[in-house]
Amino acid sequence: MLDRDEDILKAAEDWKKAGHGVALATVVETWGSAPRPAGSSLVINNDGTFLGSVSGGCVEGAVVTEALDVIESGAPKLLEFGVADETAWKVGLSCGGTIRVFVEKVG
Amino acid sequence: MTVKFETLQQLNAERAARRPAVVITDTATGEQRLVKAAEIAADPLAAELGKQLRMGKSATIEANGKKLFLNVYAPTARLVIVGAVHISQALAPLARSLGYDVTVVDPRTAFASPERFPDVPLIAEWPDVALPPLNIDHYTAFVALTHDPKIDDPALLHAFARDCFYIGALGSKKTHARRVDRLKEQGASEADVARIHAPIGLSIGAVSPSEIAVSIMAEITATLRMPASSKAAAA
Repeated sequence: MLDRDEDILKAAEDWKKAGHGVALATVVETWGSAPRPAGSSLVINNDGTFLGSVSGGCVEGAVVTEALDVIESGAPKLLEFGVADETAWKVGLSCGGTIRVFVEKVG
Repeated sequence: MTVKFETLQQLNAERAARRPAVVITDTATGEQRLVKAAEIAADPLAAELGKQLRMGKSATIEANGKKLFLNVYAPTARLVIVGAVHISQALAPLARSLGYDVTVVDPRTAFASPERFPDVPLIAEWPDVALPPLNIDHYTAFVALTHDPKIDDPALLHAFARDCFYIGALGSKKTHARRVDRLKEQGASEADVARIHAPIGLSIGAVSPSEIAVSIMAEITATLRMPASSKAAAA
C-alpha cells in the first residue's frame, strides 16, 4: 500500500506495446534477512534494459541473464538465491538471507 | 505459461483507478489469475486475500497442496490535511516518510504558504472547492486541524461521504461534543460522527507539534494495519 517504487508494471506494458520481448521477475518468498520484500519486482526487455530491483543490487545481474532466457523460451523459472546455494548460483546475498524469484514472460 | 498481456493491462487499469487487486500465481506451473477488489469476497481464497491486502503485503501461501504467490497491489495511501497549521508542518513530512502522498488544504493563504510547507502540494481554497477534485477515497486518511468550524465542518462532511479509512479532528472532548452537534444539524448520521477520532491521535502524552504528529500517524497506522477486533482492544 505504501509502495513508492518506480512504475515497473507500467514499464512492462509500455515496453511490450513498443514491440519488445519483456519479462517480469518478482520476489515470491524470502527467508532470513532478505534485502527486499516479497512482491518486489524487476522488468527486463530483450535489450537487457531493466527497471526495478529484487535484491537491491546483489543478484540483479543473474536475474537479468535468466530473464533473457525466459523471453527467448517463454517458459517461466523459479530462481533461488542465498548463502546456502552458493554452489548452484555464483552470486549470493551478502546479508545471509535467501530469496526466491519467479521470472515470467509477458506475452 | 506467461503473464498474459491482457492481465497486465487490466491490472494497470485497476492500479490507475486506485482499486486494489491481487495476482495469484502458481509458482510451479506459472498459472495465473487476477482478482479485483470487488471479486475478493466471492473468491475461494477470500480470507487469505483479505488478510494480505489489509497488510499491504505480498506472500507465498500453501493452498490445496499448491504453492501460490499472492502479489498484492494496493493503492498508495494518501493523507489529506485540512489546516496548514503548526502541527501540519510536522505532520506532512512525517507522513511522507511513512510513504503517504500528502496534500494540505487551507483557504487562509497566510497559513498555506510554500515557505511553511516546502515540497508539499498545497491548495489554498475552501474545502468545497479544494476537496472534490482530489477524488478522496477509502485509501485516504483525513485530518481536520484548523480548529475553525467554517473550514473543518464541511471538510469532515466530505470525508464521511468518501469513506476515508481514517478520519481525525483536532480538539478537546468539549470542542468535539459541540462539533458533533453541528455536524448532525448539517445531516451527518450517528455512524458518521462516530467515525471521527477525537481527540485526535493515540494517547502518548504528546505536547509539541512533532509529538502530536507522531501520535496522529501512530493512530493512522493502527487503523490501517490492525484487524478491526484488535483495534477495539487497543483503543
